[in-house]
Amino acid sequence: MTDTETAATEPDGAVAIKLVDVNKWYGNFQALRDVNIDVKRGERVVVCGPSGSGKSTMIRCINRLEAHQKGQIIVDGIELTDNLKNIEAIRSEVGMVFQSFNLFPHMSVIDNLTLAPMLVRKMPKADAEQLALKYLERVQIPEQAYKYPGQLSGGQQQRVAIARSLCMQPRIMLFDEPTSALDPEMIKEVLDVMVELAEEGMTMIVVTHEMGFAKTVADTMIFMDNAEIVEIAAPDVFFTNPASERTQLFLNQILTH
Amino acid sequence: MNETATPVTKPRHTEPPPIEKVAALRWMRENLFNSPLNSMITVLLGLGLVFALPDFIRWGLVQAVWSGNHEACRAGAGACWAVVGEKHRPMLFGVYPYEEHWRLIVALVVYLSVIAATLTPMFWKVKILAPLWIGNLAVCLTLMWGGILGLSPIDTSQWGGLPLTMVLFTGTVVFGSPLAVLLALGRRSHLPGIKSVCVVFIESLRGVPLITILFVAVNVFPLFLPEGLEFDKLLRVMAGMAIFFACYQAEVIRGGLQAIPRGQIEAAEALGLSYWQLMRRIVLPQALRICLPGLVNHIIAAFKNTSFVLIIGLFDILTATTAVMEDPVWRIFFVEAYLFVAVIYFSFCFALSKYSQLVERWLNEGRRF
Amino acid sequence: MAQDAQSGPALEDQPKGDTSILNSMAFRGIAYQVLLAVCVVLGGLYLYINVNANLDRQGIATGWGFVTENAGFDIGESPIPYDSEDTYGFALWIGVLNTLRVAVVGIVLATILGVFMGIARTSRNWLLSKVANVYVEVCRNVPVVLHVLFWATVVRFLPAPRQAIIPFDGAYLMNRGVVFPIPNEHPAYVWVGVAFVLGIVGAVVLGRWAQRRRELTGQYIPTFWWGLAIIIGLPLVVWLVQGAPLSWNVPTLKGFNFQGGLALSPEYAALVVGVTVYTGAFIAEIVRAGIQAVPHGQIEAARALGLRPGFIMRYITMPQALRIIVPPTASQFLSLTKNSSLGVLIGYPDLVNIGNTTLNQTGQAVEAIAIMMIVYLSISLTISIAMNLYNRLVAIKER
Repeated sequence: MTDTETAATEPDGAVAIKLVDVNKWYGNFQALRDVNIDVKRGERVVVCGPSGSGKSTMIRCINRLEAHQKGQIIVDGIELTDNLKNIEAIRSEVGMVFQSFNLFPHMSVIDNLTLAPMLVRKMPKADAEQLALKYLERVQIPEQAYKYPGQLSGGQQQRVAIARSLCMQPRIMLFDEPTSALDPEMIKEVLDVMVELAEEGMTMIVVTHEMGFAKTVADTMIFMDNAEIVEIAAPDVFFTNPASERTQLFLNQILTH
Repeated sequence: MNETATPVTKPRHTEPPPIEKVAALRWMRENLFNSPLNSMITVLLGLGLVFALPDFIRWGLVQAVWSGNHEACRAGAGACWAVVGEKHRPMLFGVYPYEEHWRLIVALVVYLSVIAATLTPMFWKVKILAPLWIGNLAVCLTLMWGGILGLSPIDTSQWGGLPLTMVLFTGTVVFGSPLAVLLALGRRSHLPGIKSVCVVFIESLRGVPLITILFVAVNVFPLFLPEGLEFDKLLRVMAGMAIFFACYQAEVIRGGLQAIPRGQIEAAEALGLSYWQLMRRIVLPQALRICLPGLVNHIIAAFKNTSFVLIIGLFDILTATTAVMEDPVWRIFFVEAYLFVAVIYFSFCFALSKYSQLVERWLNEGRRF
Repeated sequence: MAQDAQSGPALEDQPKGDTSILNSMAFRGIAYQVLLAVCVVLGGLYLYINVNANLDRQGIATGWGFVTENAGFDIGESPIPYDSEDTYGFALWIGVLNTLRVAVVGIVLATILGVFMGIARTSRNWLLSKVANVYVEVCRNVPVVLHVLFWATVVRFLPAPRQAIIPFDGAYLMNRGVVFPIPNEHPAYVWVGVAFVLGIVGAVVLGRWAQRRRELTGQYIPTFWWGLAIIIGLPLVVWLVQGAPLSWNVPTLKGFNFQGGLALSPEYAALVVGVTVYTGAFIAEIVRAGIQAVPHGQIEAARALGLRPGFIMRYITMPQALRIIVPPTASQFLSLTKNSSLGVLIGYPDLVNIGNTTLNQTGQAVEAIAIMMIVYLSISLTISIAMNLYNRLVAIKER
């Protein structure tokens, strides 16, 4: 694969992620109920909803951090089962950014970034470092390359985490509440990076409460509540005239602040 | 009271604190006599020491006999350190041939230097440690065994004393540690078959005395082997001690593994790393650093446990000393001989335990290594 | 974006990707476990066959029959009567009893020593804490084998009975062991014992009553000294009422040895002293760590609330410190019990010593060692279960 930055620059109709009747239980508790979504390549999807609604569970199922019990998940044409080869293939195309950053504290920033390209894509060290520095510039902290995660601020750490995922050059990025653990003054720097990624055409699914970001970037809004998808709509419809009453209730709670 | 506020511009005259000006007296007041109970204890202990210490010093130093033969010792009233001078070779080196002792001394120096290097965080990279230890083992074993490079061959049955203690200790730790890591990982596995096997193995071996394991090594291991195949007794004992060590060490490592947040593993999985890749690069480096003090404690215990081979007839430093003290003319000076051995054990173990405390302090300070 | 309620992918979007079952995680999981099980079973079988073949070749019997055979050897000391006519099984049982004799006494003494030294190390008296520190560091860093050997040799060099060392009136230290006076048995003592048990029950009842009274009325009644008075006073009264019978069985020198009093063999004394001193140092460390682990802020908060020191110790410090102290101390107890196996080194007839003799005489190494291991495993399991129960009882509830 050539060193292109994104797979496409705008939605081109090909389906990147498809969830068909996905159900998941934790013991007796049902976390996902009959979830169906289609995400096209280049599409930007924002998922919102109250806590415990299943939003994180859903995206964690997409890269098999959680396993679904019923239904199908198809990523880039590959069906996600417990087949290891498929899981590996999917994970190298899907990047994930976590709420708690999960940087590796015992390695420097640049080592965090070059680890996976060297081990999984078998890149030589010099190439990996070049790649890493390039993405560090993308997230605007190239000078922190040789520091350790513990020495960076929360916003910087999350940007490093984004760069770390980008170094694997994924076609799809998943964001699990990326700014929820940040102090308010650092949220903007992370959202700016995400907006830039979106504008370049990265296929993204973002679970977040940041509605300003959603209005700027989203092609599609999904509202989840109680393990099901309640509403899927374009942002202009979603925010002004949602079809479901539950959606309206939720928006009232969020948007008054 | 002034109407206008005057800013304070002159330096204030500071007075000294109103207690004793003599620092020593103040220290004693704060640390020895700070309550009626403590004062009483200090007096009692002080009296006890005043009576006991001079006698001890007189015995150990002033009236001690430092050299000479046993008659001089019996004639003298103090400690007989001459026994150490007389017997230190067989105590330290066992029945190893006299003229070849230099080989053991060289091996010991090399070995202790490598240990000192291993303890320095600067060298904590597999690329450095692995060849260092391979070289160390090669050099030491060649020196002790001989047979090549013009050195006369000396069979393991003649190895004894401090070098044998070191050999047993090294074998235990070197063979036991990888096994400990595997057992710890196995015990944390999600697969019930693997987990239960590891649990049963670890808990059974932790519940029995080391002596029984040594008995198994000596009496039962040979029965396991088909006819004609024989394993050196030293190797069998090392295997037994290594397995025993691994079971205890596995529990320490398990504690370290449990302390790693699950998010670390998830992030590594999301990046596409395989199980062994993420264990080797992400989880184990962090886990081992966390439980390092506990690891060192068990390593110290492994060193002390080498003394158990007394029971099965391998001549480590303690056995050698006991054998040496059978000598009827020197027998009564066993206190000095045992003190000598105790000092050797104490030095090694105490140094390691101070090191462990140092590492703990590094960890608390968040120092990077 | 479509929100189809599809039941399955259409033919042209048939998902691609690997479908081989070898790569399925579930399959691999099962495969690994089956592989391990097969290795364990095959390995076990291989060893079993070899053992049998080797034993046959050497003409050694197998099976447990020897347990009922005549032992044919004497045992130096035993708490219940034994002679060489008894069976191996009975001899091994004596070994277990001897092990327990060392273990129980050792545990009690080591705990007292360890708790005392541990508290001493946290003392604000610099001299006391340094002395305790020296004790702990010296005794911890010297192997237990050396401790036991040292004391065994010391005992061997004690003077003969006629020149025995007299630490206090009636007690004698000599190379034949330690003797000291004990009270003679008297029927009144049964009642004294009963009174003691009643006293404990009474003290507990008193404590409960006082607590309930405090909860209802707020009135605080100091029960500690009263409870102690009951525990000591009741038996004392019973003893006095019966005429205060007390006669000592004092050891007296007859010929070459002492008769009377309680006699401890030199091996027993050496073993108990050795393991007590060694384990006491470890317990001291554990106690110190437990006391220092209670965050000082909690004690300050308690004092700010006006709680008296007794309450603070009982309700704040002790519960938290005990949680930290008890589990590692239990494993020290187990360690002490296992270290009693050093009796084989100095001639004390503990289980391992007798097992070793059995092994040498019958040649049945596998069975003899198996018996030893099973006994120790049972002790270890009992302590483990007790420890797990304790942990569950006192676990601090977390979210």
